[in-house]
Amino acid sequence: MFASLLVVAIIGAIAWAGSAVGLGVLFGVVLPYVAVAAFFVGVIWRMVYWAKSPVPFAIPTTGGQERSLDFIKQAKWDCPTTTFGVVRRMFLEVVFFRSLFRNTCADVREFDEVNNGPRTIYFSSKWLWVFSLLFHYCFLLVFIRHFRFFMDPVCPVITWIETIDGIMQVGAPRFFWTGGLLLCALLFLLARRAFNQRLRYISLPNDYFPLFLLIGIVGTGICLRYFDKTDIAQVKVFIMGLVHFAPVSADGINALFFVHLTLVSVLLLYFPFSKLMHMAGIFFSPTRNLPCNTREVRHVNPWNPPKQFYTYAEYEDAFRDAMADAGLPLEKQPEKAAE
Amino acid sequence: MYNAKAVIVGIIIFAGIFSAPFWVNFNGTRDYKRPELVLPKTPNEKACIESAEFMRANHMTLLNEWRDQALRNENRVYVASDGRKWTISLQNTCMKCHDNYAEFCDKCHVTNNVDPYCWTCHILPKGNK
Amino acid sequence: MAKLPTPQELVASRPDFPEQDWLDVKPQFTPGSYCYPAKKETMELLHMPNPHDWDPAAEDWNLPEDWEKILCDAFAERLEKHRSLKLFMDICVRCGACADKCHFFLGTNDPKNMPVLRAELLRSLYRRDYTMLGKILGKKVGARGWDKDVVKELFYYAYQCTECRRCSLFCPYGIDTAEITAIVRELLHEVGLGIHWIMDPVKNCSFTGNHLGIQPHSFVEIVEMLADDCETITGIRPKTPFNEKGHEILFITPSGDVFADPGIYTFMGYLMLFHELDLDYTFSTYASEGGNFGSFTTFNMAKKLNAKMYAEAERLGAKWILGGECGHMWRVINQYMATYNGPAPSCMMDVPTSPITGTKFTNAAATKMVHITEFTADLIKHNKLNLDPSRNDHIITTFHDSCNPARGMGLLEEPRYVLKAVCNNFVEMPENTIREQTFCCGAGSGLNTEEIMELRMRSGMPRGNALRYVQEKYGVNHMACVCAIDRATLPPLANYWAPGVTVSGLHELVANALVMKGECKRTMDLRQEDLPNVEPDETETQVEGQ
Repeated sequence: MFASLLVVAIIGAIAWAGSAVGLGVLFGVVLPYVAVAAFFVGVIWRMVYWAKSPVPFAIPTTGGQERSLDFIKQAKWDCPTTTFGVVRRMFLEVVFFRSLFRNTCADVREFDEVNNGPRTIYFSSKWLWVFSLLFHYCFLLVFIRHFRFFMDPVCPVITWIETIDGIMQVGAPRFFWTGGLLLCALLFLLARRAFNQRLRYISLPNDYFPLFLLIGIVGTGICLRYFDKTDIAQVKVFIMGLVHFAPVSADGINALFFVHLTLVSVLLLYFPFSKLMHMAGIFFSPTRNLPCNTREVRHVNPWNPPKQFYTYAEYEDAFRDAMADAGLPLEKQPEKAAE
Repeated sequence: MYNAKAVIVGIIIFAGIFSAPFWVNFNGTRDYKRPELVLPKTPNEKACIESAEFMRANHMTLLNEWRDQALRNENRVYVASDGRKWTISLQNTCMKCHDNYAEFCDKCHVTNNVDPYCWTCHILPKGNK
Repeated sequence: MAKLPTPQELVASRPDFPEQDWLDVKPQFTPGSYCYPAKKETMELLHMPNPHDWDPAAEDWNLPEDWEKILCDAFAERLEKHRSLKLFMDICVRCGACADKCHFFLGTNDPKNMPVLRAELLRSLYRRDYTMLGKILGKKVGARGWDKDVVKELFYYAYQCTECRRCSLFCPYGIDTAEITAIVRELLHEVGLGIHWIMDPVKNCSFTGNHLGIQPHSFVEIVEMLADDCETITGIRPKTPFNEKGHEILFITPSGDVFADPGIYTFMGYLMLFHELDLDYTFSTYASEGGNFGSFTTFNMAKKLNAKMYAEAERLGAKWILGGECGHMWRVINQYMATYNGPAPSCMMDVPTSPITGTKFTNAAATKMVHITEFTADLIKHNKLNLDPSRNDHIITTFHDSCNPARGMGLLEEPRYVLKAVCNNFVEMPENTIREQTFCCGAGSGLNTEEIMELRMRSGMPRGNALRYVQEKYGVNHMACVCAIDRATLPPLANYWAPGVTVSGLHELVANALVMKGECKRTMDLRQEDLPNVEPDETETQVEGQ
C-alpha cells in the first residue's frame, strides 16, 4: 500500500522537477504521445489476445427463471434467450452494474433467538455499488468536461454539462461536483481496502497503485483548478497543439500541470497491462454475454475432440450372459456372440 | 481470432471513443492560436493591479474575493502586492480600462468555455457586445 | 470419522485470518481437510495421465519428474482453449464482492476460500508467466512461480469448491469460479492428482453404465424390487421397461436414485407417475447414469460419460430423452451436452413433445432433453394428474434450489409449481438463500464424501442456518430438492443443523399425492410409514378385531 503511494509520489515529483528544469517537452509532449500510443496498441492487443481463444462452451449464469413452459414467466432481464435480451442484460451490467447491485453482506452469528442457535443473516449492501457507480460516472463526466481543451469552438453539450456540474455556483472558478465526488468515491474505495480486513488481505499493490494514481490525477486536477492555478488559455494552446500533432512550447504553464499530465500518461501506459482492462473485459464475459438458450441452440466448440466412449457393443460384450439371464433385450444373443 | 466480427466492432468503437480528443475538433480550428485580446486603448493606468501572469491565472479568484470584501465585509480597499491601493469595484476599477467586453473578457472565456456569472448582478456592458 | 463439534462450537471455532500474507501461508493437510486420493489402478484404467500412488498428508506427492513443465504446458494449453480462463485471469479487480458469497468461506473463514483468492492462487502463477509486471516485479505484485507447495495448495482449494457459481452471480464481471476450479482440477489431473470419491464413480460409469457400478442384471433387480414396493403401497405394480427399442422416450436419471435412501423413493415416484400416464418409455442399463462425475475431473471425461446418452437414444430409437431430478447432470445437459456430443441423433424428433399434453418443449429443441419437473409441471397445468395433496398434509415443506439447475439452467419455478400442487404447506427459506442466490448443500462437485464430514457441515452452514430458520419459525419439517447429490448430502446436513427435517426428492411427494387409477386405499407413504391423516381401514380393523 505505502509502496504504491510512494511510487505515485515519485512519479509526480519527477514530473514536477523535470518540468521545472525545462524538460517540459519530455513530460508534456513525448510521454503523452508514447502513453496514448501504448494505450491504444495495448488495449487492442489484449482484446485480440482474448479473442484468439475460443469460447468452447456456453456458460451463461442464469440469474433467474429460464424460458420453458408458457405459463411460467421467464426472467427476461436476468435469463435472456434472445440477442435483444442479451444486449439488454449487458447494457444493465455495463451501465448500471446490475450484478454488483445484488450485493449482500453476510453476518454469521453464533447465537440467534429465532434459530435458537447459529444463524447467518444477509443484509443488502449497496455501498460498493453506489461508490463504484459514482466513481465511474464522475470519471466519465470529468473526461467529457476536458473536451473544452480539445475543441474550438467548444460544443454546446460540454457547456451544458459544465453548467449542470457547477450549478451550485460555489466560488470562482465554480466548484464542479463531479471532481469532488470523484475524489470522495476514490477515497471510499481506498478506505475499503485499508480498513476492511478481507479487502486488506486480498489487496495487492496492483490494486493500490491505480487507486493512488487516480487520486493523484484527481488531486492535481482539483489543485490546478482551485488552488495552484495556471493560465488555462496557455494550457489550451498547448493541448490543442498536442491533439493536432503540432506541439507548441509549454512555456508559462505551471509545473503542477505537468504532474497532472504525467500521471494521466502513466495511467494510460499502465492500463492495458492491468486489471483496469475490465473495461473491455466485461464485454467478453461468457457468463453474461451469451443467451441462456443452451438447450435450444447448439453451441459449437471449435476444438471439440472426437467422441471416444465405452460403446454399447463393448458393454454388451462384457455383460451379455448376465443380461440374458436377467431377461434384458440384447443385440446379440449369447449363442450368436459365441460363434 | 474467434467471434472476429463482434471483436472488431468492439475495437472500432473503443478506438473511436478514446481517440475523440484527436478528431472531435475536425471541423474546428486546425491551427489554434491563443486568442488575441484587444487591450485597453487609452489606458488610464500604466499597469493592471497585479502582474499579467497573475491576472491570467487568478483574476477569477481575485474578483470573487473582491465581491466578498465589498459586499460582505464592506471593505472597498484592495492593497496590491506592490503596495498600490485600489478601490474594490468591478465597474469602477476593472472596467474603467477593460471596457471592451467582447474583445477582452469574452475572447478567452468563449474559447475556454468559461461562463462567469458576474452579470447576474452587474449590468452587462453594452455597446461592444 | 471424528466426532463433529456442535453447530455453535463449529461456528465459534472458525479461525481468524492468518497474520502472514496469503502467499506465505501453506495449507495444512490434516485428516478431515482433504479427500482421499484416487487409486493408481483406477487412473490407469481410465488412461489418466501420470497415475501414481500418493498421499495428501505426505510431504512428497510423488509427482512425475517433469511435473513443472507438464503443468506449465497444460496451463498454456488451457489458456489457448478457453477464453474464459484468459479473461478471468486478467480482469478481476479484487473488489471483494464475491468474498462472503461462498459457503466454504462463510463456514471456514479461510481467506483462500474467498472466490477471489481461490482464483488468485492460479492468477499468481499466470502473472509470472503472462504479464509484464509479474515477470519484472514478481512477488511484489502477487506473482509467483510453480513449486510443489503451490501444487498442494491448488489441490487443497480446488477440492474446497463445489463449482456452485454463486460467486459468479454477484461478480460485476461474471467471473465464474466454477470455471477456474474445473480448470485447476484438469491441471492437477495432468500430474496424476485426483480424488477417489470422484474417480471411482467415473471408472464405474465408464465401464458399467453408472457411478455406483451396478451391473445390468443387478440394476434390473433393484428396480424390480422398488416396483414391488410400489405395489405394496398402492396395489399397483408399475411396469419397468429396460433397454427396449422403439419407445418414444428414453428416461435417464442419476443412479444414486436406484441405490440410496431417500433417492429410491423419488425413483419409485417416477415409476408410479410413468405407469399412471401409461408413458411410452424405457430405461437403459447402459445409459443408467444421469449424473456426470466426469464433469468434476476434465471436460473430456465429462464428454465421454455424457456420450452414452445420445448413443443409447440412437440405438433404442428414442424420440427424446426425459431426465430425472439431478443437479450437476443438468448443468452438463443444459450447457454442455449439445456442444460435447451434439447434434442429437437424427432419429429424434425436432422438438420434444409431451405425448400426454402435446406441449412442445421448444426450449429443448437442440438437446432433445426435457427435465422431469418441466414435464410434470406441464401435466399438472393441463390437469392430467389426479392429485390429493392432503396426503402430504403432515409435512410442512421448504424447497432447496440446487446450484446447477438454479444458476446453470434457471429451473426455479417448475419445481415450485409442482411442489405447490402436491403439498398444501410450502414455506420458502430466506430470500438470499434460494432461487438464483441459492446456497450449495456444501458437498457438490464430488465432495460428498464421508472423510470430510466436518468440512461439509461447515460449507453447508449457510444452507443449514436457513433451514433451521424456517424450521424454528414456521415449523418446517421437510425439505424437497431436485438433485440426487442433495438427497445424499442434505440428510446429514439437516440432521446436524436442523434435526428433525427430512429430505426428499420432488417426485416422492408427487407420487404420495398421486391418485392412481385402481389403486388401493393408501395408508402409508412411499417410505412405508403410516400416513397420520388416514383413518385405519374399517375392514382391516375388523379383521384385526376378529
